[in-house]
Amino acid sequence: MSTPNKITVATTWLDGCSGCHMSFLDMDQRLVDLAQQIDIVYSPLVDTKELPDQVDVGILEGSISNDDDLEKAKTFRKHCKLLISLGDCAVTGNVPAIRNHFKLADVMDRAYRENVTLQPQIPTRCVPPLLETVKPIHGEVKVDVFVPGCPPHADAIWYVLSELIEGRTPDPSKVTRFGA
Amino acid sequence: MPLPVTPPNIRAVTLKIDDQDLSAREDETIIEVCRENKIAIPSLCYLDGLSVWGGCRLCMIEIAGQGRLAAACSTRVAEGMEVRTNTERLQRYRRTIVEMLFAERNHVCSVCVSNGHCELQTMGQSCGVDHVRVPYRQTPYPVDSSHEMFRLDHNRCILCTRCVRVCDEIEGAHTWDVMGRGSDCRVITDLALPWGQSETCTSCGKCVQVCPTGALVKQGTSAGEMVKDQHFLPILARRRHAQ
Repeated sequence: MSTPNKITVATTWLDGCSGCHMSFLDMDQRLVDLAQQIDIVYSPLVDTKELPDQVDVGILEGSISNDDDLEKAKTFRKHCKLLISLGDCAVTGNVPAIRNHFKLADVMDRAYRENVTLQPQIPTRCVPPLLETVKPIHGEVKVDVFVPGCPPHADAIWYVLSELIEGRTPDPSKVTRFGA
Repeated sequence: MPLPVTPPNIRAVTLKIDDQDLSAREDETIIEVCRENKIAIPSLCYLDGLSVWGGCRLCMIEIAGQGRLAAACSTRVAEGMEVRTNTERLQRYRRTIVEMLFAERNHVCSVCVSNGHCELQTMGQSCGVDHVRVPYRQTPYPVDSSHEMFRLDHNRCILCTRCVRVCDEIEGAHTWDVMGRGSDCRVITDLALPWGQSETCTSCGKCVQVCPTGALVKQGTSAGEMVKDQHFLPILARRRHAQ
């Protein structure tokens, strides 16, 4: 459990491929150093099922593409003091946003009817409905730090987190860019 | 604007750029003097060897005593001129310009054939564009793959017109031109025929090499594979203008 002097961090992924979380893990042995200073209180990487009430840093991967993504983004904004958009999907919409060029009904038809050979049907149960337009995180909630990259390199994530731990404002453009 | 033909008896002028005392030929533009003196000035439409277009507005600079900004590519030096190339205001404008370029069409860097070799992408990073503050327009543009060697993706075109100028001024074919206004503006081949049906295109590929983004690329390239080579341009430009 979290100790009082450690920075608490929560992460989750919305409409993304989890590649940014993989890049986070690519920090390799530096994760050991990081674990001395931060506590991951909620994440796909740990077992906690609920976001704590107060978190220091929230990290979001992926764009906002459905009701559930939107809900998660709002919840993270509400409970996290500082919110980070991690990766191009979160920062620009990236690949998920390419579907914005088509009507949502056409996208659904293409995926669940035209390309299906067995029982073509639009799923409605247990899946969140898609939003008409895919948006970057800051299209819906205020974001404090933007870390572009597809995925951002582990060094870039390390730099951003180290700067924040030291109490400085990171300048991610020094270490990463769109598509990096 | 045609490239200036060097007249005889050019005088030298002295000017100050970012507090550096410099001398230049009076027929030079500010951007030329900056490049000669390794003063970084961002630009996307300007390319050494082509005529001046002044469209991207990234090379805007402040001149002492003038209220409005000037484009360094289309402003001649003058005696006693005092220029600032990188003030906070200019940085703010440049960042906004690059953000609007990203928002206008569909530059999905991660899956672009020019990823890692794109002037717009690099410009975004150097101007500190870590996100785009205006909403994306999300309007699809067509892709023309009718040419057997090259491909045109309007989604990634920033309308710098380098292709139009290199085709006209260096290759001499004038296959490319510009059609439409505002967000409908796009580059065209012949009279808006598919590129593959163009009768004037010589398939030389100069347009592809000078294109700063992934708008003009070679067929068969995958993400990040399109590396461009512009070395031919100053050499050919000098020979053309020496004629």
